[in-house]
Amino acid sequence: MTALAANAEPGRWWRSRTVRRFTSHHLALLGVAMITLLTLACVFGPHLLPYDSLYIDLRARFSPPLTGDHYLGTDPLGRDVAARLFMAGRTSLLVAFFAMLLSTLIGTLVGVIAGYRGGWIGAALMRTVDGFLSFPSIFLLLALAAALKPSPAMVTVIVAVTSWMEVARIVEAEVRSLREREFVLAGRMVGLSGTHIMFREILPNAMGPIIVAATLTVARAILLEAYISFLGYGIQPPLPSWGNMLEGAQQYLDSAPWLAIIPGAAITIAVTSFNFIGDGLRDALDVRDDRV
Amino acid sequence: MRGFLLNRLSQSLILLLIVSVIGFVVLNLLPGGPLAQFGLDPGMTQDDLDRLKEQLGLNRPLLMQYLDWAWRLLQGDWGHSFRDGVPVLTVIGRHVFATLLLMGTSTAIAIAIGTWIGIRGATHRYSLFDHVATVGAMVALSIPTFWFGLVGIYIFSLRLGWLPAGNMYTIGDGSVLNYLHHLILPSIVLSLVHVAIWSRYMRTATLDAIGQDFVKTARAKGLSERRVIMKHVVGNALLPMITLAGVQLPSILTGALVTETVFTWPGMGRLFLDSLGYSDYPVVMGLLMFSAILVILGNLLADIAVAIVDPRIRLG
Repeated sequence: MTALAANAEPGRWWRSRTVRRFTSHHLALLGVAMITLLTLACVFGPHLLPYDSLYIDLRARFSPPLTGDHYLGTDPLGRDVAARLFMAGRTSLLVAFFAMLLSTLIGTLVGVIAGYRGGWIGAALMRTVDGFLSFPSIFLLLALAAALKPSPAMVTVIVAVTSWMEVARIVEAEVRSLREREFVLAGRMVGLSGTHIMFREILPNAMGPIIVAATLTVARAILLEAYISFLGYGIQPPLPSWGNMLEGAQQYLDSAPWLAIIPGAAITIAVTSFNFIGDGLRDALDVRDDRV
Repeated sequence: MRGFLLNRLSQSLILLLIVSVIGFVVLNLLPGGPLAQFGLDPGMTQDDLDRLKEQLGLNRPLLMQYLDWAWRLLQGDWGHSFRDGVPVLTVIGRHVFATLLLMGTSTAIAIAIGTWIGIRGATHRYSLFDHVATVGAMVALSIPTFWFGLVGIYIFSLRLGWLPAGNMYTIGDGSVLNYLHHLILPSIVLSLVHVAIWSRYMRTATLDAIGQDFVKTARAKGLSERRVIMKHVVGNALLPMITLAGVQLPSILTGALVTETVFTWPGMGRLFLDSLGYSDYPVVMGLLMFSAILVILGNLLADIAVAIVDPRIRLG
């Protein structure tokens, strides 16, 4: 949190420039509000709804939204869509969150080492990054998902394996520019180890771009999980995820469009929110805008 | 120019090498590894498999296996499909056209609309249009392509009945018009994300170009604002877009796979999923490598194109 605290008066972090800028970014605030609401709904929603997400009622199959207590209708097995949506949200958000942690960790490690060491190690690492970026991510994801058993943990890992490169590039560029700064030279002169300089001196100064990239990675991870689950190679039923709720939806598109529209809307809302938050953080943390 | 070309070419070759190593790792992760084909045959005993392993050299060191595999790729021997025994490259070749048609059309749409939005956003900075375009782009980037496709099918095919819900043409009707009719919805769906990306980059590039000295000169010469923008600004702003088109290739391919699935479009993405479903790993691996090679080639071509157009890179 060094970057966040850097321009704060001691003890008054909430009045810092960073916080003020973030709170004046309306879209970012909207994103925070929507994610908070969505998370609360996913945590508490299933306990408040009249139906369990696994309760099958074949007499109530394909009920459209607002039929009785089925606020968002029912699916082909008569399960309550609202209950499933919130349970699915738990899966999708958790998978995306942990995928973000893992990919940020991998990306940061690779980026710091490549940027600080430079030379052939740096070149080899960054060419590997380019190599991973040469694959259309969905092809690589699907091949890996077919190769490995797609448990939720494994889906998290393969999503992370295909999304760490952005962070690595950002961190590498940041570290490379910080490497020659006075405080690093001073650190070397007093005899600090390379590891210490890399992770304790340089890394805290690169926190801003990392936080922004991590936020955007959550958005990306939600989408990737949705893609492979939609295609049947991600999270496996009966465990619901937003992606696999959509898996069979196309065949009922004519008669039961809500089965497709509702989970997709949830994905769009969640991803949009994280993109808004990322945009706000980029402004607030003064991160150079070289993505979109 | 020659030095630049050699430099880019060698970089692409190194990238190709790395990509092949990643591909080889994935191949060995697949269930049954390179032997998956024989493992599916119920008549095979473990002894048979072991003998095959010996014969195919699969108990040699991994490095030797890799070199052997990569050498065969280079020679164009990509193996045979498990499903019908057809060479993998032939199978892929049958599906390339459909994907390229879809990608080409949607890229053209994305460039046309995205460029317009980007230029207008930059010349009318902080206007209502600019704000709507900015927010719109962020939302567009967040919509899952397959969902956008489903919503499109629901509205334009099922409710309004204007456009077909899938396939590349109606059987028995091979007219160009029929192809075009089927092309409209999937290419618009695929282009959404890229309109967003393209418009954002175009806006930035246009703003960069507007701030340059030669624009001041052009204005000082007394050119009309319209001429300044069209001739001096846009021309320069479009340059980095060539590189962007190359960089965007993997994401277009990803989008194409998803779009093809929703619209039962007979391209490479559809083939990839079908092959996964049949555990047809030679085709899966072939498509994985093929798409990566396509991306590397696309980036190389984009770099060369920029060098041809931009003397600063060619000579510098």
